[in-house]
Amino acid sequence: MKLAYWMYAGPAHIGTLRVASSFKNVHAIMHAPLGDDYFNVMRSMLERERDFTPVTASIVDRHVLARGSQEKVIDNITRKDKEQRPDLIVLTPTCTSSILQEDLQNFVARASISSDSDVILADVNHYRVNELQAADRTLEQIVRYFLNKARRQGVLNRSLTDTPSANIIGIFTLGFHNQHDCRELKRLLQDLGIGVNQIIPEGGSVEHLQDLPKAWFNIVPYREVGLMTAKYLEREFGMPYISTTPMGIVDTAEFIRQMENFINSFLSKERVDYESYINYQTQFVSQAAWFSRSIDCQNLTGKKVVVFGDATHAASITKILVREMGIHVGCAGTYCKHDAEWFNEQVQGFCDEALITEDHTEVADTIARIEPSAIFGTQMERHIGKRLEIPCGVISSPVHIQNFPLGYRPFLGYEGTNQIADLVYNSFTLGMEDHLLDIFGGHDTKEVITKSLSTETDLTWNTESQRELKKIPGFVRGKIKRNTEKFARQEGITTITVDVMYAAKEALST
Amino acid sequence: MNTSETLTFECETGNYHTFCPISCVAWLYQKIEDSFFLVIGTKTCGYFLQNALGVMIFAEPRYAMAELEEGDISAQLNDHEELKRLCLQIKKDRNPSVIVWIGTCTTEIIKMDLEGIAPKVETEIGIPIVVARANGLDYAFTQGEDTVLAAITHRCPEYKSWIDEKNGIEEKSLSVYSKQNRDDTFKSPKHPPLVLFGSVPSTVASQLDSELKRQSIRVSGWLPAQRYTELPSLGEEVYVCGVNPFLSRTATTLMRRRKCKLIGAPFPIGPDGTRAWIEKICSVFGIKPQGLEERESQIWNNLKDYLDLLRGKSVFFMGDNLLEVSLARFLIRCGMIVYEIGIPYMDKRYQAAELSLLRDTCKKMHILMPHIVEKPDNYNQIQRMRELQPDLAITGMAHANPLEARGINTKWSVESTFAQIHGFTNAKDVLELVTRPLRRNNSLEHLGWTNLLQPTMI
Repeated sequence: MKLAYWMYAGPAHIGTLRVASSFKNVHAIMHAPLGDDYFNVMRSMLERERDFTPVTASIVDRHVLARGSQEKVIDNITRKDKEQRPDLIVLTPTCTSSILQEDLQNFVARASISSDSDVILADVNHYRVNELQAADRTLEQIVRYFLNKARRQGVLNRSLTDTPSANIIGIFTLGFHNQHDCRELKRLLQDLGIGVNQIIPEGGSVEHLQDLPKAWFNIVPYREVGLMTAKYLEREFGMPYISTTPMGIVDTAEFIRQMENFINSFLSKERVDYESYINYQTQFVSQAAWFSRSIDCQNLTGKKVVVFGDATHAASITKILVREMGIHVGCAGTYCKHDAEWFNEQVQGFCDEALITEDHTEVADTIARIEPSAIFGTQMERHIGKRLEIPCGVISSPVHIQNFPLGYRPFLGYEGTNQIADLVYNSFTLGMEDHLLDIFGGHDTKEVITKSLSTETDLTWNTESQRELKKIPGFVRGKIKRNTEKFARQEGITTITVDVMYAAKEALST
Repeated sequence: MNTSETLTFECETGNYHTFCPISCVAWLYQKIEDSFFLVIGTKTCGYFLQNALGVMIFAEPRYAMAELEEGDISAQLNDHEELKRLCLQIKKDRNPSVIVWIGTCTTEIIKMDLEGIAPKVETEIGIPIVVARANGLDYAFTQGEDTVLAAITHRCPEYKSWIDEKNGIEEKSLSVYSKQNRDDTFKSPKHPPLVLFGSVPSTVASQLDSELKRQSIRVSGWLPAQRYTELPSLGEEVYVCGVNPFLSRTATTLMRRRKCKLIGAPFPIGPDGTRAWIEKICSVFGIKPQGLEERESQIWNNLKDYLDLLRGKSVFFMGDNLLEVSLARFLIRCGMIVYEIGIPYMDKRYQAAELSLLRDTCKKMHILMPHIVEKPDNYNQIQRMRELQPDLAITGMAHANPLEARGINTKWSVESTFAQIHGFTNAKDVLELVTRPLRRNNSLEHLGWTNLLQPTMI
């Protein structure tokens, strides 16, 4: 048993449901007790989904406990088959059904006889894998199922598309900025004249999965979900895949060069050359390269930060901060324990220490020890930051509704570099502002002494103090002036000198 | 749809969306200030709590998960040792006056003997441990509170005799009551002790206390009290009355195990419910209610603006928190038409008075009796809603956005669980909730965006 208040990755069935409900016309049936369908709330609330979430439960209650599910699961599957005519029904085990050890595979076999839909049992073990691993497995399982089916039926189409094309694997519901990233990736491919063969699972149709091998190669933007599928497709069909995440200028360029290589390996003549595109985008479309040379970013040099999140985002952001902005990463960490080896390898040389943990208190303690000027993490780190008064930019799941913005906010590609630069810069300036406010003893004063910056004539600022006042950064100057004058009035001082200013600051800070 | 002169009860498949009953820790840990709730379950339970309770999770809540791992499931680890270890840690970190163990589906299935282990751990660590089985196998949402309160009932001290206490009360009352009340107080208590059960915010509790005080009825205690150490005394002479419709186990436990006398009344939700609730308590104690009618009509007058908005509108309760019958009865009295009252579980004995008030209200308002659908089937309900096109659906968050996209106004049912809805004072709050979607959509109506579905999604 483990005393736990918070978890970074959810239980396995959430991963399965996220994949299943991302496909079009796929229905998931959970073998679960009442109340376990909380996934529907999340999808409806966080994604602000307009359609009913295609997930229902075959309820496990006392009767099921006593006599087993018997016909119940099968009835629920066939009922759903009739009601909504899905292409695929995914029977999803939960922690409860894991312990009951009913032969769900048998139910699936029996239900598929009487239903028009395909029916499969998600092959995930609640106690062995988490949300992300389960999502990865389920996606691979569905792809494998339909490719095998197509092969059996002899409709598998293995001829490549005429022009270069790619599949994008791993965009799905409740993913961190997934929708925006997907749009950005499509735009990038379009710019390069590469067609998008299929995007799975989001908005994909299982009936078209048989056309997956038509693409020239696969793109796996996030390593948490999609890698298993890409490896399967490589093994079965010799399809190459790119697992470099196009996040940040350097890795986006690397990503494009890999595509160039793949495409050229297929072409005998008229080879593609994306180098000029990379240069143009880097220098002029993305503002991030210029930003990193601008004096704003100069001020960030050597500032210490802590990065924490899923493996993909934490590793990419760490590299961006260090390589592209000259920021010092005190600690980079991930909660993807199953991917620790890869993560360590990625961040090696980019940070002082790597932290692999699922325990948020360990993350909090590390942050408290390092005392960074900013944190880049999940919602949990944002709250840790609040408590420690350190600003935090959210770069990874788990997230809240505010991390499902309506506006266009990709993290990938060239527009992504702009968004990340904004995020990083805003986190720091906020921190800087706070710090300055502290130095000059000003927090929001409840009573306004004078409405305008120039006050009535009862107080005069001598030349030195006026000069001193001008040295104070504009955004806190008004507040400092008001505080000083308030102090002067209290003390019955009519002429404000530099000494009075300092005294006012001292009086306020005590 | 068939409508008839009497209430009809149906029972569907039980395929509906509701919160897991472990969610009761969210409001109970805030209510019982010196408690700590330990939910013994899996990642699934933890994930639910973490997401359902949102920001609360960051405020160092007095609840945590005892997350079961594979070793616990396969009994490679000793439950007693494990629980003792965690409880010692909780004692060290928080030092609560009581630790409530919430049993979940998993502890049920692996038959973890929480009731057996608890007394041992209790002696070993010196903190009372209360066990409540609030699991999704047996219960829905608010019934979680019912299981916790039923368990806590056993921990209430034994009530000796109200005559013995009489003098003490009189002395204490003197300092509390104002001069004008003193005459009444001197005569009190004219009635045997009354304990109210149901967790309500402390402001609501004192509002209800003072409503009863107007009728010279003194509430001798609440279950639960603000602190575990202040639980009310219970015994044969004690009268008990529920304030929430989902507390049937607690009521049964109070009657059977603590020999209390249950006052079966409608619940104090809405001015009509509150009046009926007070009247019933008065009648049991042989007291003639004073000025209740005026009080009620004054509240109705204050609600006029809301009533204008609601009159003639129809409402459909999908059902998920057992407050449905009381809310429906109130809304009918407000002039609404109720198509269907979905409800997870219907205890016709515990809710008898409420049901009969519902019946009377329908007659009084000249509307047809609504269907009460126990263990509803959400899919069927949505089909029925498609036919009926209600002006308002009271529903869980899983269905709210999809229904809104189909042009049906919705109100999240969960809010009525967390908002203050009891007594005369809060009648306005209930209507504030119910009318919010109507008011919001009135102001958007002219934009012509009612249906926001793509043709393929319908």
